[in-house]
Amino acid sequence: MSAANKINKDELCKLFRCFIAPQYVISDAETLKPYECDGLSMYCEMPLVVVLPETVTQVQEVLRICHRYTIPVVARGAGTGLCAGAMPNAQGVVLSLAKFKNIIEINPLTRTARLQPGVRNLAISEAAAEYGLYYGPDPSSQIACTIGGNVAENSGGVHCLKYGLTVHNVLSIEMLTVEGEKITLGSDGLDSCGFDLLALINGSEGLLGVVTEVQVKLLPIPEKARVVMAGFDNVQQAGDSVSGIIASGIIPAGLEMMDSHAISAAEDFAKAGYPKDAKALLLCEVDGTSEEVQEHIEKVEKLFHSFGATSVRTSQTEAERALLWKGRKCAFPAVGRISPDYYCMDGTIPRGQLAHVLTEMQKMSDHYQLRVANVFHAGDGNLHPLILFDANIPGEFERTEEFGGKILELCVAVGGCITGEHGVGIEKIRQMFIQFTEQELLQFTTIKEAFDPLGTLNPGKGIPTLRRCQEYRSIEPKKVTTHD
Amino acid sequence: MADSINATPESLAEQVKNAHYNQSPLQIMGSGSKSFYGRNITAIPLSVAAYSGVINYEPSELVITARAGTPLREIENLLDEQGQMLGFEPPSFTDTATLGGTIACGISGPRRPYAGAARDFVLGVTIINGKGEILKFGGQVIKNVAGYDVSRLMTGAQGSLGILLDISLKVIPKPAYEATRVLPYSHQQMNTLLSDIGRKPVPVSATLLHNNSLYIRLSGAKAGVQAAASAIGGDTLQNADPFWQQLKEQQQPFFNQQRPLWRVSLPPAAAVIPGDLVEEESFIEWGGAQRWVYSHNGKKLQEWAIKNGGHASCFRDAKRDPSLSHSADETVFSPLSPALFALSKRIKDSFDPAHILNPNRLYTGL
Ligand SMILES: Cc1cc2nc3c(=O)[nH]c(=O)nc-3n(C[C@H](O)[C@H](O)[C@H](O)COP(=O)(O)OP(=O)(O)OC[C@H]3O[C@@H](n4cnc5c(N)ncnc54)[C@H](O)[C@@H]3O)c2cc1C
Repeated sequence: MSAANKINKDELCKLFRCFIAPQYVISDAETLKPYECDGLSMYCEMPLVVVLPETVTQVQEVLRICHRYTIPVVARGAGTGLCAGAMPNAQGVVLSLAKFKNIIEINPLTRTARLQPGVRNLAISEAAAEYGLYYGPDPSSQIACTIGGNVAENSGGVHCLKYGLTVHNVLSIEMLTVEGEKITLGSDGLDSCGFDLLALINGSEGLLGVVTEVQVKLLPIPEKARVVMAGFDNVQQAGDSVSGIIASGIIPAGLEMMDSHAISAAEDFAKAGYPKDAKALLLCEVDGTSEEVQEHIEKVEKLFHSFGATSVRTSQTEAERALLWKGRKCAFPAVGRISPDYYCMDGTIPRGQLAHVLTEMQKMSDHYQLRVANVFHAGDGNLHPLILFDANIPGEFERTEEFGGKILELCVAVGGCITGEHGVGIEKIRQMFIQFTEQELLQFTTIKEAFDPLGTLNPGKGIPTLRRCQEYRSIEPKKVTTHD
Repeated sequence: MADSINATPESLAEQVKNAHYNQSPLQIMGSGSKSFYGRNITAIPLSVAAYSGVINYEPSELVITARAGTPLREIENLLDEQGQMLGFEPPSFTDTATLGGTIACGISGPRRPYAGAARDFVLGVTIINGKGEILKFGGQVIKNVAGYDVSRLMTGAQGSLGILLDISLKVIPKPAYEATRVLPYSHQQMNTLLSDIGRKPVPVSATLLHNNSLYIRLSGAKAGVQAAASAIGGDTLQNADPFWQQLKEQQQPFFNQQRPLWRVSLPPAAAVIPGDLVEEESFIEWGGAQRWVYSHNGKKLQEWAIKNGGHASCFRDAKRDPSLSHSADETVFSPLSPALFALSKRIKDSFDPAHILNPNRLYTGL
């Protein structure tokens, strides 16, 4: 970098304050502190500056300045990410989209919504409800997480088995390139010309551009939804039932599984009436027209019995359905109560491998002397093992990380992948070498360069740089700051 | 060309490496069933048709993995035996259409607005990039966010970013029951009806408007379909399966005219295309989002489509002269904005630095 291209922190803030309200250019340590990490608080770093622009023009100007001075830019939604994707860069600017909360339009005729990137996921469905519509993807963090973050992570949720991931529900986006140039990807129709760059941006973790507007499709609220809960004596039977339901031709709206640790933690927390003596619990929701739901519920109940379920209960009312889900939805905080800390993993496996992987995981749990609770999207094979640990015990987090890494290796070994919905960020950058060859990683790098030649958008995340490849392959897990 | 010796990934990669070294462009060929589609290119043919066969199919996983040269028919028959299907209902156009060509062209059939497009079902691919490297992206699981989503990027790129080798697709159960209703509706009436039932959980799986007849296919559990059918009204179309099959394969006489056939992709509720741009008769699918028209006024049609939030491409033109220069061929696809074109070109460079893979098939310079 030439001397002319250098700028110090004070000068940079001064530049930003020329067009952003001064209170929204944050540079003092105390106010910067809440931005030092995302939902994965084990990884943290203080940024140089945080800006909270209020207009797209201001975002453009921030990007232009950062581009001119080669300053890293980390876009940030609600900071609920679980891979340290929104963790700041020490030399960089955190570009918060928190002020972009407007729902620009809900169009009931086309069943679409146009949103600013900081709109919360749940706020979309709340606003669409008066038209009998809702937004499909429903991450468990939907009260807080933003649609911009959802696009960046290609987030999923309980209902993605039937209604698809973020990428399946986004029609178009408006994005600023690293130079601050506005481009539109996708269209108001069902496709557009040229390469499918819209698909490429979904899940790109803020490495390719800053999303400033999102158009999503809305779905009609199902006439009816009911959930069947089934308890099992062993994990194998539960795993087989998952495959059995899918093979029977039913695509449930949600198909979730919990193991015994998770069942008892969730039951103590939510009092949902879960069978605490069960080794595995399945929640299977079917939705659609009343006739369709009736037909499918009967089929699912029969299947559960035939796979050896020890208890089967079907929601009779909306209140009961909500109660049965409550345990699942509170499972993370519930597990949080039985352990000082927990670490959430996110590997995906072919459904048929569920029982095998859970058994292997139990062996590893014994080996590492760390408990693991499993709560996951069984229908699409997306595991969320929660490793229980205590950060105050020296060495325990390091052991947890190693255990987590082994789980991801196992996922890849059985034909799955290292992350189903939380993204790579910083957290899983080492595991990228398990899943991809150097040539493949190099291809990712050249894609990145096509968008961001200087590498200033969210540097160090998502795609390992090959320069670091040898280091990563040889060194031990790097030490991280433990967040208090 | 299509002898098996040329059909291992390594031998194909070797040919690409040579072409890269010699900077000599390749025209990637499946069975040639969609060679009418896209811009004319002049390059040495490289056939992947012999790289064929299903690699893995596990019905309870809802995933199939097959080699690019596998005939689409073979895959469809295999799925059919297990009561499953490809959700995007791709057209074959001929008996020999391959999976690779289907994904490369990214053309989806009548079910597209309701079940998803080709790209929505692609879970993973193995490709050869323009440097002759064999690379694998995505996988065989439904959820995978490790690395950029190169698999979906390949869909519809018409081979210009890489040669598809293996493709994993999500499949769906065949609907338990289907019924088709016919209503004597105008374009306006169709818009009103579809936006009305779109807000209700009515299991629509295809629509067609032609000659003031609106056809609506419903799919799902029998009781639900029957309830929806009587709510919609109209008459039942007997023998509906062949009807939708013919539409998907463009076998109606409408599609068999010696004029330039245009595909106009629009927001579903977009206005009726002005009469001075197109011939009178049209096939309107996807609830208004995909319109088939004949036009000798392509450039104006494209401008109109862009102004109305969509795009238009010349899908088939029997009279198009294969010897036409690229510039005369320029209007096959709607032009990209300069910023988007520049970005697309850099992406092309990143996969295929010497521009040897189907160069210019999408646009000059890509
Ligand atoms: C309790 C809990 C439960 C969760 N459950 C789920 C779940 O069920 N499914 C699931 O998929 N995830 C889940 N998550 C993870 C997280 O909520 C999602 O990844 C979410 O999409 C992140 O959104 P956010 O607004 O918080 O983004 P952030 O955390 O702020 O950012 C995430 C990434 O997106 C980038 N980014 C944000 N905004 C933009 C933008 N406008 N343009 C470009 N890049 C941007 C950031 O740079 C970062 O890389 C959960 C998290 C928690 C804490």
